[in-house]
Parts: sequence; structure tokens; C-alpha cells
Amino acid sequence: MSGASLHTAVLIAVMAIGTALLRFSPFLIFKKVLPAYVVYLGKVLPPAIIGMLVVYCLRNTPILTSPHGLPELIAVSIIVLLHVWKRNSLLSILSGTITYIVLVQYVF
Amino acid sequence: MKRETVKQAFITSIPVMAGYLVLGIGFGILLRDAGYGVPWAFCMSLLIYGGSMQYVGVGLIAGAASVLTTALTTLMVNARHLFYSISMIGRYKDAGAYKPYLIFGLTDETYSLLSTGEAPAGVDVNFYRFLVTLFNHCYWIIGGILGNLLGEVLPFSSEGVDFSMTALFVTALVEQWLNVKEHRPVLAGLGCTLLSLLIFGPEKFLIPAMLLIALALTLLRPSLEAGKEAAK
Repeated sequence: MSGASLHTAVLIAVMAIGTALLRFSPFLIFKKVLPAYVVYLGKVLPPAIIGMLVVYCLRNTPILTSPHGLPELIAVSIIVLLHVWKRNSLLSILSGTITYIVLVQYVF
Repeated sequence: MKRETVKQAFITSIPVMAGYLVLGIGFGILLRDAGYGVPWAFCMSLLIYGGSMQYVGVGLIAGAASVLTTALTTLMVNARHLFYSISMIGRYKDAGAYKPYLIFGLTDETYSLLSTGEAPAGVDVNFYRFLVTLFNHCYWIIGGILGNLLGEVLPFSSEGVDFSMTALFVTALVEQWLNVKEHRPVLAGLGCTLLSLLIFGPEKFLIPAMLLIALALTLLRPSLEAGKEAAK
């Protein structure tokens, strides 16, 4: 292995260990006693994080320039309506994605 | 029961399949362009297993970043995983031998599949969670290798296919909204992140957003816990 490859391997190891550390540390820290506050967070964080992830996914949507986030708005609306109506996750996800692909490739 | 568990886990993982193949292919192409072949793509997807981190990681290894820079960047980009793990401590408590792998594989998408709602009826819950995590991991690795092999010779435009991840999270949000009466936690998540995005911009808003969410949920605790007691 060349010096450059070795450095790359070290960086990959650092990224892997750093990511694993973040994922494992809460489990290790609260292994014995689980404070009531953490139990509370365990209940209310999942819905809050789903909200965060939706915004995170849409963070680069251009609102001020054309097409002003219209493909995103239409696709998200279809997902919401379809899911309230049918409650079928796979159907909602596929319909929303296909709508979006058609909109960005052929319409806007 | 084993057969049924495999089937249910596969069905649950299908929405992530499309997204991970596409995002994985994107990563594989980036890595190829930076001069790294299949073994590197395989190792990164197998060992790091984090979408945004690997995209950032291509830049780090291509620019031969220092170990310190790489470590700090990893902690910044992936800090949200602390949140995921904190909220899964209870769910993964009795996962036994599956537990280390379940924790290792807790990506945004796996988290959104397993953190809300219950496992389908008639499955071995821990085995089911293990399989969903494993299937997603496989899609991600296969995507990375495919992208690395194919390079830029894709036969069709994949523009917009990565919207499947957004669709997955929007669906999870609607499902959770319909499932429970208490909507303040999800509204806190949406509101705090949106506010943070407006203030800090799309590159730097995630960590302030998490701090705001933690603050909001802490302030809401007395009233939310009182509501839970009343609901019983």
C-alpha cells in the first residue's frame, strides 16, 4: 500500500469510528441507569426528528428562483393527500417520487 | 414465523431500496471521479454507512485532509445520530445479539422506518429490525459499487429519483400525525428546523436546529408529560 493509500485508509477508519462513536455513545452512557429525562426524550424525539428530516431534505429547494419549489410542493401535497386517503406507505412514497421525477424531467 | 419476518422486513425496506440505490450510485460516481475504485467504495459503504458523511468524505480523502479535520467533520456532520440513539435506547433494550449491529446501522432512513409505529403482527421483532437494517445496508453497498462501476454511462437520467428519501420522510411524518393526537413534538421539529434554516442557511443549520429542538422539547416537558398522564 502506498503512502497516499495508507492515508486514505486511515481517514476512512476515522470516519467509520467517529460515526460509530456517535451511534453507540448514548447506549453506553445510559447502560445502567436511564434518567427520566432521557426516557422522555426517547418518546418525543422521534416525531420531532422526522419533522427535522423533512426540512433537511428540502433545504436546497429554490424558493426565490424558478420553478420556486413547485415540483416539491406538488409532490409533497400528493404524498400527504394520498397517505391520508389510503394509509399505504409504499404507495405514497412511489407516487410522490414518480410525480417528482416527471415534473423535474419533463414539466419544469 | 422466520419466513414471514423476512417477507415483512423486505416489504418495509422497499421504499429505502430505490433511494439507497440512487444515492449510493451517486456516491460511487463521485468516488470514481476522485480516482478511487470499487474496493474503496465497498469499504466506505460497509464501514462508515452514512450517506451525507460519505459524500463529504470523498472530498476529505481526495484532498488528503488531516486526521483532526476528518474527525471534527465527522462529529459535525453526524451529530444528529446522537439523537437517534438516545431515542432508540428503550426500543433496542432487549435486542440481544442483534443489538450492536442495530446500533451500528442506525441511519436516517433505517431510523425513520423503525423509530415510529410497531413491527407488523406475527414477526419476531428483533429479527425483523435486524433484517430491515441489513437489507438497507446491502442496498447502500450495492448502490456504491454500481455507481463506481458504471461511472457516467448511466442509460437514463436519474434526476429526481433521490426525491424518494424526501417522500419517505414526508410519509413517515403523515403516518405519525395520523397515529397520535399530540402534535407538538413534530411541530417543534418542523418549526425549530425551519427557523434555524432561515437564520443559518442550508449549510450550517442542522446543529443549531438540534439544539433548538432539545430546548423546545425540554420546555414542553411539564405540559407534555401532564398530557400523557391525562390521556391514560
